[in-house]
Amino acid sequence: MTEAQVWEALAEIPDPEIPVISLVDLGVVRDVEVGDGRVRVEFTPTFLGCPALEVMRDAMAAKVRELGAEPDVAVISDDSWSTDRITPEGREKLRAAGLAPPAPRQPGGPRLIQLRKGAFRCPYCGSTDTTLENIFGPTPCRSLRYCRGCKQPFEQFKTI
Amino acid sequence: MSERAQLLLPIADDELVLGWRNSEWTGIAPFLEEDVAFSSIAQNEIGHARALYQLVADELGTTADALAFDRSPEEYQCSRFVELLLVPDWARTIARHWLYEQADAQRIELLKASGDPEVAGLAAKIDREEAYHRMHAQMWHERLADEPRYLEALEELRPLVDERGDHTSEFAALWEEMTMVRRSVAGATW
Repeated sequence: MTEAQVWEALAEIPDPEIPVISLVDLGVVRDVEVGDGRVRVEFTPTFLGCPALEVMRDAMAAKVRELGAEPDVAVISDDSWSTDRITPEGREKLRAAGLAPPAPRQPGGPRLIQLRKGAFRCPYCGSTDTTLENIFGPTPCRSLRYCRGCKQPFEQFKTI
Repeated sequence: MSERAQLLLPIADDELVLGWRNSEWTGIAPFLEEDVAFSSIAQNEIGHARALYQLVADELGTTADALAFDRSPEEYQCSRFVELLLVPDWARTIARHWLYEQADAQRIELLKASGDPEVAGLAAKIDREEAYHRMHAQMWHERLADEPRYLEALEELRPLVDERGDHTSEFAALWEEMTMVRRSVAGATW
């Protein structure tokens, strides 16, 4: 078994809460090592309060077992995951599903004034005439915005 | 107890207990957006507590669950400030939220500079999530800036921010409820 085969298999696992995007698209798989009937996967959580973390970990372990190897999924709680790790394909899939992809990280982190005045694009009509409704949304990774162009509320992936 | 445990347990206990208190607004916040916000902040804080407990647990050879739920009330090192039962007082809740986020930001900066790379790495991750809590707290701080009840609440609570030692009278009931699942179902986990 090769590392490429493992990556390919992991790319079939949907995110438990946003199933349009895979765990590989989400950028949470940091490293894959294959050796001697075992596969080690290093995995970085998105948000620490995310209840989907166990589901992701278990899904990756099950996938490795399907390939006929013993999984070792290590959770790395360091600072290496950010929304900048979501792949361009992943961002496009989010947008197509009505979830605005995260803005790129800026030095100094996000600011309220940027969330209120910044040009955030509506995933439905493309207008940037959108307002912040709530910093928080249905999951830790999402904010709520409203598009004045097409009069639709939409969810925005938070930048972290 | 290890140096890491001494450093991180009071912080993890603060995050767990405050997360618990924040979750008490779920369903009864003044309006829907705040219901969502306080629920989400609670979930984040408890997630931070869990990650901090995990770092300590790795070193002590125990589990995050055991640290979070198997200790007796007197073993918790949270501040009296986070223990206070403030529901249904919105002004005092926002005052605590704002004061806590201010103090927590300073504490996180210190952890980010830690010589222990696992502590520093986790603190940096926590900090990026906390940025959203700080924005939320600041938004309310500005909105209530000329509201006398809010200003009184700030005055009342400011001296308590890092007051540790004996627990408040409210803590016993919180502990009872918070540890109930773990005490009644052997081996229950997050």
